[in-house]
Amino acid sequence: MLQTARPKKKKAPTNAPVHEKYVEAFRWMLLARTFEEKLASMYRGGRITGGVYVGKGQEAISVACGIFLQKGDVFAPLIRDQAGRSAFGEPLVDVARTYLGTRTGPMRGRDGNIHRGKPRDGQLAMISHLGAMISVLVGSLMAKRGQGEKNFVGLTTIGEGGMQTGASHEGLNIAAVEHVPLVVVATNNHYAYSTPNDREFACASLVDRARGYGFEGYELDGTDLAQCLDVIGTAVKRARAGRPPQLVVASVLRLAGHGEHDDFSYVPKEIYGESFAYDCVQRAQEFIKERELVDSATLQAWREDAVRQVDEAFAMAQKEPTPKGEEEDWCAISTRGLLDHPEEQE
Amino acid sequence: MSITYLEAIREAQAKLLRDDKRVFIYGQDVGGTFGGAFKATKGLAKEFPGRVLNTPISEDAMVGTAIGAALEGMRPIVEMQFADFSSIALNQILNNAGTHYWRTNISVPITIRLPSGGTKGSGPFHSQSMESLYAHYPGLIVMTPATVEDAYTMLIDAVAIDDPVVYCEHKYLYYHLKADDLPSEGMPIGRARIARAGRDLTIVSYSAMLQESLIAAEEIAKEGFEIEVIDLRTVKPLDTAAVLASVARTGRLLAVGESFPWGGATAEVIARVTTEGFHLLDAAPARINAKDTPIPYHPNLWSTHRPSSKVIAAKARQLLRE
Repeated sequence: MLQTARPKKKKAPTNAPVHEKYVEAFRWMLLARTFEEKLASMYRGGRITGGVYVGKGQEAISVACGIFLQKGDVFAPLIRDQAGRSAFGEPLVDVARTYLGTRTGPMRGRDGNIHRGKPRDGQLAMISHLGAMISVLVGSLMAKRGQGEKNFVGLTTIGEGGMQTGASHEGLNIAAVEHVPLVVVATNNHYAYSTPNDREFACASLVDRARGYGFEGYELDGTDLAQCLDVIGTAVKRARAGRPPQLVVASVLRLAGHGEHDDFSYVPKEIYGESFAYDCVQRAQEFIKERELVDSATLQAWREDAVRQVDEAFAMAQKEPTPKGEEEDWCAISTRGLLDHPEEQE
Repeated sequence: MSITYLEAIREAQAKLLRDDKRVFIYGQDVGGTFGGAFKATKGLAKEFPGRVLNTPISEDAMVGTAIGAALEGMRPIVEMQFADFSSIALNQILNNAGTHYWRTNISVPITIRLPSGGTKGSGPFHSQSMESLYAHYPGLIVMTPATVEDAYTMLIDAVAIDDPVVYCEHKYLYYHLKADDLPSEGMPIGRARIARAGRDLTIVSYSAMLQESLIAAEEIAKEGFEIEVIDLRTVKPLDTAAVLASVARTGRLLAVGESFPWGGATAEVIARVTTEGFHLLDAAPARINAKDTPIPYHPNLWSTHRPSSKVIAAKARQLLRE
């Protein structure tokens, strides 16, 4: 069964009821945007090593991925998922710790930026190799089912770039074969680093693949928070209810470089006129004003609160110790008795 | 009673499924009434319903799924149909399983069974020995059992270990090697075994090459030399102390492996002995590996490509003269 949500026009004020999570979701989007603006500015100031990868333009999709998940669910986020990670419960200070590489963060300076997670809390730690986390999530869900857990769901995100790997194909197929309660949210942000859609895939829409894999598929306009909440919320509900795995394909434009090192000058100016290029945060803010969900003083207070939270997270993380090579425990296995060549470790 | 190396692997899995409800087997053709390409899981799907599962031909996803299940407390065993196909799953094994404990402080207890090594007529893609490649990467234990007893106890140990284990079982030994009985306990993992005591030369080997080395040692014993043969059992960790202790007794070293010659387990043995025990050596150490070409199809070519007892004996004689 293929369900397709038609993209709506940019501004379609209706009297339809507003999604109950709309305002909460907007605040997570605002927090993610504020946090990532700070990250980008710190990167430019040379205060962050490695790279900074932001989700600008994808916050609406991402927040919808995290906001419907509950304790006992498993989330395997990817590069542009700050909003969703926060909504699922990742403390902001852990993000700051990971970017600064402190010993106190979940990765303890051993891995950085977006490669972070707390598997015991249902937050899988992505690796850079795209598509690899789909099958990992399938295994987690199979184990939960085997252990008699009920009412759980797994959600993972990927981009249209990552959809083209062999691992993605294997992962999607095995998910359907195992009939696990899985939602895959694929965001087509129109560029795999610098490569546009026409060099990435040749099918009309990636959602067409849903039928091929035995998934239920949906398309949506990722710039519209209302649609993101409706469609992804429904997909999560359906997966939880035992329907086949769900594939949601969202369309947006990446409003930043692949990372902050990338000036994305390869993106032609005309594309910003497309409906998928709209900024989801701005659009949600306009909707809130239009529908008078909160007044402008409250909106301003939320912005200030976001800035305060971000500043607090970095202030705390910056005070914490960074790792030292000579003090590090250079042991890649947990069974210490089986460490190879132990004399070198002394 | 007589039991083969292959039957020992099946028996170990039956025991693991019986004793530990966290264990399940995941791989191509392992389930149903078929029981695997080599029958290493014969009858297990029937005996343990829902725990011996056929998979699509998706090596990457098989290992990925096992990683996810292990993170939720399971103890999966993945059967690769042939070691050669584990190259498709390298990313999951090396980059996901192998890095996970280091990155997150949470270990990934998966066991990946690799039916390894050459047999007559198997050609370039059904004959590979990949232990050296896996040993090169951090975060993995690499087992290379050479006896029926080790095939049994080491597989049980592999599943008990909290870290990812690559278990290289040798297809040539599946039917060739027999034991009277299965042991209730094996040697500790990480410890090499003196397979044959000697005083004139140390041969360090593992997996099917141990058997070739033992034949060579018996041959040379007729000429009045006693060769000590060490079975590494695991190439990672590599029991450097046992190797050095043997070289201290013999003063001569030959390392024998079936994998390709560039780098690898035999090179590591030589490197460790020359850097840590140079003073123990009375002659330059030597090593024997397969040739640096893909593995050939025709038996005449294959038997030359692979180190044989004859080649090992010839090299040993040369070392004994030095």
